[in-house]
Amino acid sequence: MTVHTTSPQFKKNAARALGDAQLQKALSNVKQGFIDKRQKAADKLPEFEALRDSARDIKNHTLRHLDLYLEAYESKVKASGGHVHFARNAEEARDIILGICRDAGARTVTKGKSMISEEIGINHHLEANGIRPVETDLGEYIIQLRNEMPSHIIAPAVHLNATQVEQDFRRVHKHLDAKRDLSEPVQLLTEARAVLRERFLAADVGITGANFLVAETGTSIIVTNEGNGDLTQILPKTHIVLASIEKLVPTLEDVSQLLRVLARSATGQELSAYTTFSTGPRRPTDADGPDNYHVVILDNGRSAMLGTNFEEMLRCIRCGACMNHCPVYHAVGGHAYGWVYPGPMGAVLTPSLIGVDKAGHLPNASTFCGRCESVCPVRIPLPKLMRHWREREFERHLMPATVRSSVKLWGYFAKRPALYRFATRIAMGTLGFVGRSKGRFKWLPMAKGWTKYRDFPAPQGETFQARWQRERKGRTA
Amino acid sequence: MSVLASPGDERRTKPRIGLFVTCLVDLMRPSVGFAAVKLLEDAGCAVHAPVQTCCGQPGFNSGDRGTARDLAERTIAAFEEFDYVVAPSGSCAGMIRAHYPELFDDDPNWLPRANALAAKTYELTSFLVDVMGVTRVDAAFSGTVTYHDSCSGLRELGVRTQPRSLLASMEGVTLVELNESDVCCGFGGTFAVKYSDISGAIVNAKAKHVTETGAPVLLAGDLGCLMNMAGKLSRDGRTIEVRHVAEVLAGMTDEPAIGAAKDPRSA
Repeated sequence: MTVHTTSPQFKKNAARALGDAQLQKALSNVKQGFIDKRQKAADKLPEFEALRDSARDIKNHTLRHLDLYLEAYESKVKASGGHVHFARNAEEARDIILGICRDAGARTVTKGKSMISEEIGINHHLEANGIRPVETDLGEYIIQLRNEMPSHIIAPAVHLNATQVEQDFRRVHKHLDAKRDLSEPVQLLTEARAVLRERFLAADVGITGANFLVAETGTSIIVTNEGNGDLTQILPKTHIVLASIEKLVPTLEDVSQLLRVLARSATGQELSAYTTFSTGPRRPTDADGPDNYHVVILDNGRSAMLGTNFEEMLRCIRCGACMNHCPVYHAVGGHAYGWVYPGPMGAVLTPSLIGVDKAGHLPNASTFCGRCESVCPVRIPLPKLMRHWREREFERHLMPATVRSSVKLWGYFAKRPALYRFATRIAMGTLGFVGRSKGRFKWLPMAKGWTKYRDFPAPQGETFQARWQRERKGRTA
Repeated sequence: MSVLASPGDERRTKPRIGLFVTCLVDLMRPSVGFAAVKLLEDAGCAVHAPVQTCCGQPGFNSGDRGTARDLAERTIAAFEEFDYVVAPSGSCAGMIRAHYPELFDDDPNWLPRANALAAKTYELTSFLVDVMGVTRVDAAFSGTVTYHDSCSGLRELGVRTQPRSLLASMEGVTLVELNESDVCCGFGGTFAVKYSDISGAIVNAKAKHVTETGAPVLLAGDLGCLMNMAGKLSRDGRTIEVRHVAEVLAGMTDEPAIGAAKDPRSA
């Protein structure tokens, strides 16, 4: 276990989210903003679809030779004067990071946005050991004030509105004039920048994530829009890069291809405002940079996905397009998923990382509409991978017994065509007769889930096969 | 051609179609199946409906690969003799076309048969337009309609322009595009029952878009989605007529719309 999960209570979480009017309003922004922007960016680039193929191939190639690229990357980082630490699980990663922070005598640690840091729950660990972690991405800063998890992998505070943020700032920024005007979003931004500027200058260690680790050069790359990542990694004496094993990419040329699909898929930008490359600690000729450069590479269950049905999930470059296009995510938001990664990518990844016994709802809570797969920049077949989880659950009897027995019962009849025709003829005849006058049922036994929200249309009565036999006898092959 | 012509004679003159009627159409709305028969025969096909049950999709999507394979084997055996397999459903056609090969990817005996069936399986409107080259249908229907793109047909089979072009060929029909027509209606098979709260919220949004078009008729190519949307619209007290697109294209709209009463006064 890494951080606390409420994934087992997915249904309850979802029901609460559906009844939250403020959240529902915030979610409608996800729906409109991201989708149109991505589409426009994709339409403007004639080779976008070809780039998606190429991005998929680059990641597949890397995963196939991941051991080699990890070693190559490690030796390059060492050659540039940095240190590489491999962490098998969250606990090891936390301890390594705490050790580096202690060695640096750190009291304050600034952080760029990193989902891996959420995954290992580093903030709580640092706090528990007397070190103050400060999130510097605006969205992450806001949810840190609220003691919440991100609800989206690239827009962590997308579930909130400006009024809520204003309340949080007034609650926490007590040193500022209580009568100040915070009615405009830009005023919130300005205030956060001023507060964070002091933290940047005070920080002893800066922790960032990585979008890519380049084996060819030992470089780590982050893409950001706020510039906070740069200040996090340049100002403190020690920079820690925290990344998972699948962030490896062979060459800078490969990165340039992946960057072309990443921002377009995420925010519809051609490139994010900042794409920052960092290679080792500050060299004598550098104007600035950290004296100590550490990379913590986390496995936490990922290497066990290699060579399995779920290996394709390791291609993910964390753009968020799948959740931006997901009707289920639009309906319930990210927190309902109950752990770090929401939406379709979370529905596949979470069971791999915390166990399908805990996260079993996630791959089931999908209509398999396929919109996620249709926009994934690295063409991960997300519905197919969710289906593989359902297969595991079915094998292990982890599904509700009612679902299992309904599927089995249906299969029993469907495998016996004569019985099927006999039974359906009677059942449909009865339902059709009873429902004939109104044409629908407002309530049906065994179908409460359906009739809670919609009527059940009555069947016409006679089955197709019965009528076909009756009308076309002698004509069928 | 004689009604009693042998299959051998028939093959020389007309493509032989195995109509995969789908279990929902078989059980709930056989008139869609007969509309499909009419459209295929009008397009010059010889239509057959061998004994059939289910393509296996409910098992497949519930993780019961064993049941899915059993049913897929039966479907392959029942339909492989035909020139084409056509279904009035993007979902079931998608199951055969996109997923049967995956279902048998570790079985050298069945895989070639699954691949062969997949290659000749089509959703109804795309078969009419893309294979049979149908450019117009002559059917008595007039009015304004809107159209929902069912997910599997749209994203697994590329069904989008075909039903629209056939509707556009009908003189009396005006198509008003549905906002977010490519977004799921929330049906998702067993999802609608297992996660009914979420499904209810998704179909609520869909019903709102449908109502906003002002069209009195909603069409789509998959009965599951249609029953979901019709059930929601009728629960909300809307009088929008919901039909499978094949019914309109075939001019077979005598049957009450989905979820509508035989006699409107008793609704």
